[in-house]
Amino acid sequence: MLKVSTAPHMFAKQDTNAIMKDVVIALLPAACVGIFNFGLTALITIITSIASCVMWEYLTVRYLLKKPSTINDYSAIITGLLLAFNLPATIPVWMILIGSFMAIVVGKMAFGGLGKNVFNPALVGRVFLFISFPVQMTMWMKPNWHDFFNRDIQTGATTLGILKHIDASSSATSLTHGNPDISQIPDYWHMFIGYTGGCIGEVSALALILGGIYLLIKKVITWHIPFYYLGSVFLFSSLMWLATQDIKFDPITHLLSGGLILGAIFMATDYTTTPMTTKGKIIFALGCGILTVIIRFYGAYPEGVSFAILIMNAFSPLIDKFYYTRVYGTRKK
Amino acid sequence: MTKTFSLGGIFPKKYKITSEIPSKDAGLPEYVYIPVKQHIGTPAKILVNKGDKVKVGTLLADADGVISADVHSSVSGEVIRIDETEAASGYFENMITIKVQGDEAEDYIDLSQTLCKEIPETPQEIIDKIRKAGVVGMGGAGYPTPIKDTIPQDKKIDILIINGIECEPWLTSDDRLMVEKAEEIVIGAKILNKLFGIQNAIIAIDENKLKAIDIISNITKRYVGVNVRVCKTKYPQGGEKQLISAITGREVPSGKLPMDIGCLVQNVGTVFAVYEAVMKNKPLYERYVTVSGDMCKTPQTFKVRIGTPISFLIDQCGGYDEKTAQIILGGPMMGNSIIHTQAPITKTSSGVLLLSNELSKRPTPTDCIRCGKCVDSCPMGLRPYLIGIYTRNNLLEELKSIHAQDCIECGCCAYICPARIPLLDFCKLAKIELKNKQGK
Repeated sequence: MLKVSTAPHMFAKQDTNAIMKDVVIALLPAACVGIFNFGLTALITIITSIASCVMWEYLTVRYLLKKPSTINDYSAIITGLLLAFNLPATIPVWMILIGSFMAIVVGKMAFGGLGKNVFNPALVGRVFLFISFPVQMTMWMKPNWHDFFNRDIQTGATTLGILKHIDASSSATSLTHGNPDISQIPDYWHMFIGYTGGCIGEVSALALILGGIYLLIKKVITWHIPFYYLGSVFLFSSLMWLATQDIKFDPITHLLSGGLILGAIFMATDYTTTPMTTKGKIIFALGCGILTVIIRFYGAYPEGVSFAILIMNAFSPLIDKFYYTRVYGTRKK
Repeated sequence: MTKTFSLGGIFPKKYKITSEIPSKDAGLPEYVYIPVKQHIGTPAKILVNKGDKVKVGTLLADADGVISADVHSSVSGEVIRIDETEAASGYFENMITIKVQGDEAEDYIDLSQTLCKEIPETPQEIIDKIRKAGVVGMGGAGYPTPIKDTIPQDKKIDILIINGIECEPWLTSDDRLMVEKAEEIVIGAKILNKLFGIQNAIIAIDENKLKAIDIISNITKRYVGVNVRVCKTKYPQGGEKQLISAITGREVPSGKLPMDIGCLVQNVGTVFAVYEAVMKNKPLYERYVTVSGDMCKTPQTFKVRIGTPISFLIDQCGGYDEKTAQIILGGPMMGNSIIHTQAPITKTSSGVLLLSNELSKRPTPTDCIRCGKCVDSCPMGLRPYLIGIYTRNNLLEELKSIHAQDCIECGCCAYICPARIPLLDFCKLAKIELKNKQGK
């Protein structure tokens, strides 16, 4: 029996599921570093986060929307992984449940599910937790590569937290007890490989970049958003650093610390919540970069990546409306 | 330095398995079915009657009106039927059925293999010969060549591009033609140069056709005014607008023709037909056709008489079994699936593909994930996802504002879409709706 269909009669191998699987694979190196650093607690957080995200999606789709389950498309797994990446390892399990509820039910399913949400679901979950439980969300563990069961909580600040508290007047006297100290800032190499405190998935620039390279090779993402995002942060902090010679603007520290690389490679490249065209993506990435720098330098919080991306998410539809590809044959002479 | 177009494009697997296999004469079938409309425009007027004896090259039907083309017999034999017969499209079309008897050609045709280099003096003589041979664009559209090649007084062509790009997977008919009839094509280009009064013909070949590039480059050294340009292997590099952009950097404005920006694009098959028409007085009654596909047992490029049933070619390639899910006339990106294999090869058929279900199965669409791949792949710079949304909601004004009518129907968007949304169907529907609205 011959069949008929309209053209085209062949299709690219890469479907939605393949893309989602590739993203999961790309996130694995950073997950490994997180578990290596923070041990069992990190593993428990990651597993809880993934399981609860999948659970919330299943419950919403099956019992609220009464539709066939969509958990097979891997997107809830990615949200769970990314949410865990944005949490400190020591966070209590019940908070993860709340965070994943906000991410999946409020952040994603309320808008209509995959492809229709305005804000990055994992960031919705993280920011909700961050605002609601600021203490638990800023309890960092010291990395320890030798003790898997270690729960050594370091109630200090992350690199960015330290930088935040240095200002011109106090830098001379910042050695007073309890105050963050410049000498606690890890060196570039430790920040690059991830031997530093912070959220589970954000610590290792190396692992995240490896994942990013994998996504580039698999053509899941293009280079534009990571390049323009990281580039603009580097550029603006360099300008500030050159103008003031103040260590708190050190561009390389800003590039390697906090959730910047995680955000630039994995969160700001989320298809659904970013513009459709290359031109739009570049504007989106520049906006993220500028907002990140402004929040880091002048905001109340030490870290601005999640807020920057969420704010730019809200602008995506507008960017799509005004910046699109030039149609062939409309070039002005 | 290979040239390419700047917007979009995709890289599907090439499957050019027949590119090294020399072409074979398909031979004579028992019957041929010759449609009187194998071109864009009005059908030709039938001149023969049932029972008439015809020879190879006998004029069967005469061009009717300005946009039309002559149709000649591709075999010798007897006209046994003139009626509505099922064509590859599934529609019934007026066809002349000829029972093949012997293989005798009209006397005026020069069937020798000798190369003729004496180009006729006047453009009028050239265009008359092209018209008498019923030459149409052989790349797929089938626009009558004499009309395309008659340039209005107020227009001026400064570059002739000969399209030797075969960017559809599997197809190698143009590739084989360039390798086997290289010098004829170069002389054909010289003929067209003379017709337009220019010295600037460029034969564009994509970089995976190494042999064709090599042979034609060597020949063009001996001919002034014909040059080879190598283009990147990228789909749809062979699209007229994409090729113009790659070679000249110019863009055809929306709703305009290539001649408005001084370009003219002709397929290599057409140029070869022009050579045969002008130098050999040979009407267009045969062409190269690739029979291939992942379910084809012995893929092969054939030299086929127009009107030969498709099944006659498939049988020579080992037939097809129940694993063959689709038979495509043309390439896998833009061709049409057919169910009636008795339908004939026409002047514009470039290939017959037997495809498996695994390869050609239309996947189930899921929700758009806004990845933007359709936008990145569109060679016209359109936003296929938006055309899909607007078409579903019948927003005609909005469709017009995003240039939906400029879609060239290459299928890049539907090929690349990871959510498997039938974007090309929406684009085609949008174009039809816009046309209907314009007609009102």
